[in-house]
Amino acid sequence: MKQLTMVQAICDGLRVALDQDPSVLILGEDVGKNGGVFRATEGLWNEFGDDRVIDTPLAEAGIIGTSIGLAVNGFKPVAEIQFMGFIYPAFEQIVTHAARLRTRTQGAFPASLVIRAPYGGGIRAPELHCDSTESLFVHIPGLKVVTPATPKDAKGLLLAAIQDPDPVIYLEPMKLYRSIKEEVPEGWYEVPIGKARKVREGEDITLIAWGTMVPVAEGAAKELEKKGVSCDLIDLRSLYPLDEETIIQSVKKTGRVVIVHEAPKTAGLGAELTALINEHAFLYLEAPVTRVTGYDAPVPMFALEDDFRPSVSRVSEAVQQVLAF
Amino acid sequence: MLGQLETTYVQYLSPEGKLSVAGHAVWNQLSAEMKISFYRWMSFVRMFDRRSVILQRQGRIGTYAALEGQEAAQVGSALALSKEDWIFPSYREHGVAMIAGMPLSQIFLYWMGRVEGCKPPEGVRLLPPSVPIATQIPHAVGAAWASKLKKETSVAVAYFGDGATSEGDFHEACNFAGVFRVPAILFCQNNGYAISVPFSRQSASPTVAEKAKAYNFPGIRVDGNDVLAVYDVMKQAIERARAGEGPTLIEAVTYRKGPHTTADDATRYRPASEVEEWVKHKDPLTRYTRLLKAEGLLSDAEEREWEAECKAQIDSAIKEAESSVPAPPEHLFAHVYAKLTPNELRQQQQLRKRGGRR
Repeated sequence: MKQLTMVQAICDGLRVALDQDPSVLILGEDVGKNGGVFRATEGLWNEFGDDRVIDTPLAEAGIIGTSIGLAVNGFKPVAEIQFMGFIYPAFEQIVTHAARLRTRTQGAFPASLVIRAPYGGGIRAPELHCDSTESLFVHIPGLKVVTPATPKDAKGLLLAAIQDPDPVIYLEPMKLYRSIKEEVPEGWYEVPIGKARKVREGEDITLIAWGTMVPVAEGAAKELEKKGVSCDLIDLRSLYPLDEETIIQSVKKTGRVVIVHEAPKTAGLGAELTALINEHAFLYLEAPVTRVTGYDAPVPMFALEDDFRPSVSRVSEAVQQVLAF
Repeated sequence: MLGQLETTYVQYLSPEGKLSVAGHAVWNQLSAEMKISFYRWMSFVRMFDRRSVILQRQGRIGTYAALEGQEAAQVGSALALSKEDWIFPSYREHGVAMIAGMPLSQIFLYWMGRVEGCKPPEGVRLLPPSVPIATQIPHAVGAAWASKLKKETSVAVAYFGDGATSEGDFHEACNFAGVFRVPAILFCQNNGYAISVPFSRQSASPTVAEKAKAYNFPGIRVDGNDVLAVYDVMKQAIERARAGEGPTLIEAVTYRKGPHTTADDATRYRPASEVEEWVKHKDPLTRYTRLLKAEGLLSDAEEREWEAECKAQIDSAIKEAESSVPAPPEHLFAHVYAKLTPNELRQQQQLRKRGGRR
């Protein structure tokens, strides 16, 4: 096994997929000769050629629209949208076609494709490069939405997404692209979509996070441990479908919940999780489910992004308030 | 507006039913079967269309997008395609769908709001009507691209209207088609209006066809009410595509005789004189029937016989659609995913248990 960063693990996953599945195509802006602006497709163009690793015109709706046609006619496109903040031109194609072609054609012509998009803040990127709009996609029936928080999960989830017959939005936390290195298995392996990862076992409170917020929640859990608070930390990995069982079991055990996400609070995924917990574990709750999130303001330019994004101390404070309820 | 639409186009058969010199050459190449086939399909499509409008008025189908006036554009282009080719239609292409092999009863089911009307029979490469304007054009380009990558000879055609040429998806699709030189045919039925807005308000360029120049592939303007010209132009575009020579944009200049849909009132935005001009003097079926009769290929009796046959087929399809067992409420979850997630399964179970409306 090799020690890889997340972006290297993603590249490795793409290489394995291209190598083992001749229907896989990579397409997007700068994914070819340049190897991707984050180097997620480094070396693939040289290795697999211009017909399989394809630099496209700069047109997100065109990339996803043609990917749908490629999928209908037998290919498995893995399309890259360079930043999630630029996905909106393709939103119509994703919502009106990718998500519902299987239903509309009653299984005849599903849009089986993967859309990769780097997301989230914390890297001092320019305006609109830092959005976390996962809940826009989680809200759309017919889509699956996943996001890894570790290199190993990144590769396994990516291969699961490529193997999945339904359209999968695969969100890559930019902040974590190079911040962690770990051993990543070689070859094809899958991290199943719909299964969360238990980061820490604890008894006092459940912390739920995903993608960029997993290390933040983990930092809070470590800090709280010193104060004698034991946190059960769940990395969702799969935002749709949710691993309801893992979430509900944990809540039944701890009776207290803090949800952490980078996206704005209103109608963020935290709201859905809160409702889910109410529906399935209401009588187990010792305190209201609490959210630590980005604020209900446009994602700020980077001078203020650290004030916008949940921090270790904001999560710790929230946990202490919930425990004191 | 009319002035703009009268810019030069390929025309073989005049509104009076006379063949041009080039038209004679095309005509002489056609089999007797093909010659009668154009008529039969156009007549069939028109009867289906008129009947659908009545069914809507009777409350037996939902809002319907009529195509009367556009029969030649649809029949001429669709008859040039082969079974292996992909079709990505908009919502007015019932004529194309029938020729592609979509059973008539299913086309009725679609307009009855039934998803069963979306799934073509095995082997029919026809997507369901694309309702959001222009969004199907990049799909056709993608499917054509796939054919090219697989080194297959199938082509893909996107059908769309003049309004669609204002959408970004049209331009992005053209751009991809040009850059990757895919075997796609972008078939625009320019019927002069996007609901109420005339083409002059969609575009400062006087034609759709000339837009192809910006993407470096041919754009051809054809009289969309001349079935022979449409067929021939489409045939040439398909041959080019199959030969690896890339995409073609076809602008079939036509006119929708009725409103945008059964929910629209076209008298609010179209002068009666203009409608009359197209209905009385440029009708695609009338002019082709004149030619067939002049050539001795169709008699009044044969015409009546065929219309009776069409009526019987349409009656039978309506009967089949109306007697089709409705799907149970929980069918709304069918095929949302290849395998439903626990969340959908639970909701489906709840719906099954409780039942739907009430």
